Amino acid sequence: MKSCDVLIIGAGPAGLMAALSAAEAGASVVVLERAVRAGGQLVKQTHMFFGSREQYASVRGVDIPAILLNKLAKYGDKVEIICSCTALGAYEDGVITALWEREKYLKFKPESLVIATGAYEKSLTFPGNDLPGVYGAGAVQTLMNVHGVRPGNRVIMVGAGNIGLIVSYQLLQAGVEVVAVLDAAPKIGGYLVHAAKLARMGVPILVSHSVTAAYGKDCLERVAVSKLDEGFKPIEGSTVYYDVDACCVSVGLSPLSELPAMAGCGMCYIPQLGGMVPVRDEEYETTVKGIFVAGDVSGIEEASAAMVEGRLAGLYAAKRAGFAHEGLDTLAEECRAQLASLRGGESGGHIRAGLKLLSERGERNA
Amino acid sequence: MQQRITDHPILSFPERKRIGFTFDGKEMYGFEGDSIASALHANGVRVLAHSERLDRPRGFYCAIGNCSSCMMEVDGIPNVKTCVTPLSEGMSVKTQHGKGVLQ
Repeated sequence: MKSCDVLIIGAGPAGLMAALSAAEAGASVVVLERAVRAGGQLVKQTHMFFGSREQYASVRGVDIPAILLNKLAKYGDKVEIICSCTALGAYEDGVITALWEREKYLKFKPESLVIATGAYEKSLTFPGNDLPGVYGAGAVQTLMNVHGVRPGNRVIMVGAGNIGLIVSYQLLQAGVEVVAVLDAAPKIGGYLVHAAKLARMGVPILVSHSVTAAYGKDCLERVAVSKLDEGFKPIEGSTVYYDVDACCVSVGLSPLSELPAMAGCGMCYIPQLGGMVPVRDEEYETTVKGIFVAGDVSGIEEASAAMVEGRLAGLYAAKRAGFAHEGLDTLAEECRAQLASLRGGESGGHIRAGLKLLSERGERNA
Repeated sequence: MQQRITDHPILSFPERKRIGFTFDGKEMYGFEGDSIASALHANGVRVLAHSERLDRPRGFYCAIGNCSSCMMEVDGIPNVKTCVTPLSEGMSVKTQHGKGVLQ
């Protein structure tokens, strides 16, 4: 059994920031990461971030993990990051089990826990959606930007949210033809600055359209695309076919919230936040004392917001473990102001609505 | 088209060490830093497994070790998530049919 003040599960943007603020507060920190390297999904994000300086705006996502790891290195052996280590369970007695390198079991009993496990890509239901060649858009981004391998030669993108738009542009950068970007909704969901870049490159963005079937013998060879009516039903006679060897599905993310559910944290279904999310208070503590959450696991947003949430959750988790940061109140206030700014405007409307619903439901269930 | 990206406006992919492995007995190579699935993809292999009930082809999907679509038999061990498992020298990688069997 290993002990530490604060255990953090997930070394993505939220987890690394949580580690940083807990270490700053004086706590000993262990971070578990199931991938071979820290950074979460930042490792494939070659685009520059928006937001403000505090969330590394104008820095490419792929460069952020090194910056954070560098800051963490200052704390020496007070911070340990264990990669290739999958958390397996979080139990009522506060024990967390993990499997390292597929062969060694580890047990932890921390004073407090931050769950920052992130999210996974949703899939879409259509005949043939299981054919090799139908891939998650984020997965394709990893294949290209981390491994340097193209997913195919001709790709169709399903979903014109930010991930769909950004990955389409990155496919073009990798030398792949993007035949079209589809979205079932009647308007483009992502930022227009990303959509405009694609339009300038001649990629059609078809709203009120979706893929209705995929065909191929062993791998994807062709997709059927239909125009949708106001009820999202395919319009008869509108079907066209595209010969493609890859189809990227970018229809949103779901929180990876199994661990807080297993630990007994109160959970709520909040559509605006991507699905089942843990109920948490203003200090990012769940209904189980000592268990905190941050980032996509508690609601799907962008990496910028995940970093700020991680900063906050790390501060409060350290406090719970007996290490109150001397500048806690000022820092927390700054972070809350940053979050309010990131969630401001029209594009943050659904997040604000989701968080409001979560807090109402949380209070009702308390 | 060559599946390896060589020219990219933002990223650079410098020469890396070659890593030899076999896929269903056939010799192939990838590079240091590859996952098993990325190396296979670069070699044009997209069918990684077959489903349990209907024997339908299965490939890469999520690349974060979550969806279980890419599980293969590696060095005799079934259900290895090839999208997140690093390629290493001399690996024997085999197409998995169904659940796989522990030896």
